Amino acid sequence: MKGDESVIVRTVIRLMAPFIQIYGLYVIFHGGGGPGGGFQGGVILAASIILYVMAFGIEEGQAKLTEKINMIMRTTGLLIYSGIGALAILFGGKFLDYGAVPLPFIHHIPEVRAILIDGGVEVGVGITVMAVMVTLFYEFYPGGSIDD
Amino acid sequence: MIWALDISMLIFLVISAVAAIAVKDLLSSVIILSLYSLIMAIVWVELRAVDVAFTEAAVGAGITTVLFILTIMKTSGRYEE
Repeated sequence: MKGDESVIVRTVIRLMAPFIQIYGLYVIFHGGGGPGGGFQGGVILAASIILYVMAFGIEEGQAKLTEKINMIMRTTGLLIYSGIGALAILFGGKFLDYGAVPLPFIHHIPEVRAILIDGGVEVGVGITVMAVMVTLFYEFYPGGSIDD
Repeated sequence: MIWALDISMLIFLVISAVAAIAVKDLLSSVIILSLYSLIMAIVWVELRAVDVAFTEAAVGAGITTVLFILTIMKTSGRYEE
């Protein structure tokens, strides 16, 4: 398994991966008003990276998304999520009580609030889920971190 | 609710669930399990649970299959170079 797939598989995955990632971002940002959300979008983002690694091999995949960046991303996502949750406590609400957070100039536009607060939580969850799924995949992949 | 679709999807669901544990080869079992997840996602959509269907399609048919296949490659010793 050193990425010796055919040129058709490589080309199709190279073309498809950006669209999969755009779709994942769409799912993350529309999680508040419709089906979808941070978890599903994060899984779709991870699926694009997994496809890339399966076609091009783990060395080239880890050159695109190294384990170090991955670790930073999964802690950052958790920090965003719990930070927004704790921000609501700071302003006198409950944990993840979005309505309690005051926004200085734009508080009267509900869409802006939805994007900033709800979208922020979704982005945090999405980043963490993506990084954890990719890490699991890297660990399990032949030539990954777990010894045979 | 389309009852004919429901009935046929549930029948296929039971068939694929039985086939996943009845088949001898582990790799075939994993592939059939991903088919089970796909049918289950359609059933969730029919039950008006689009969010759950989304998760089932993304995680059940996507990530879990990949992780299962990688585990089989790790444990059985085949497919390695």
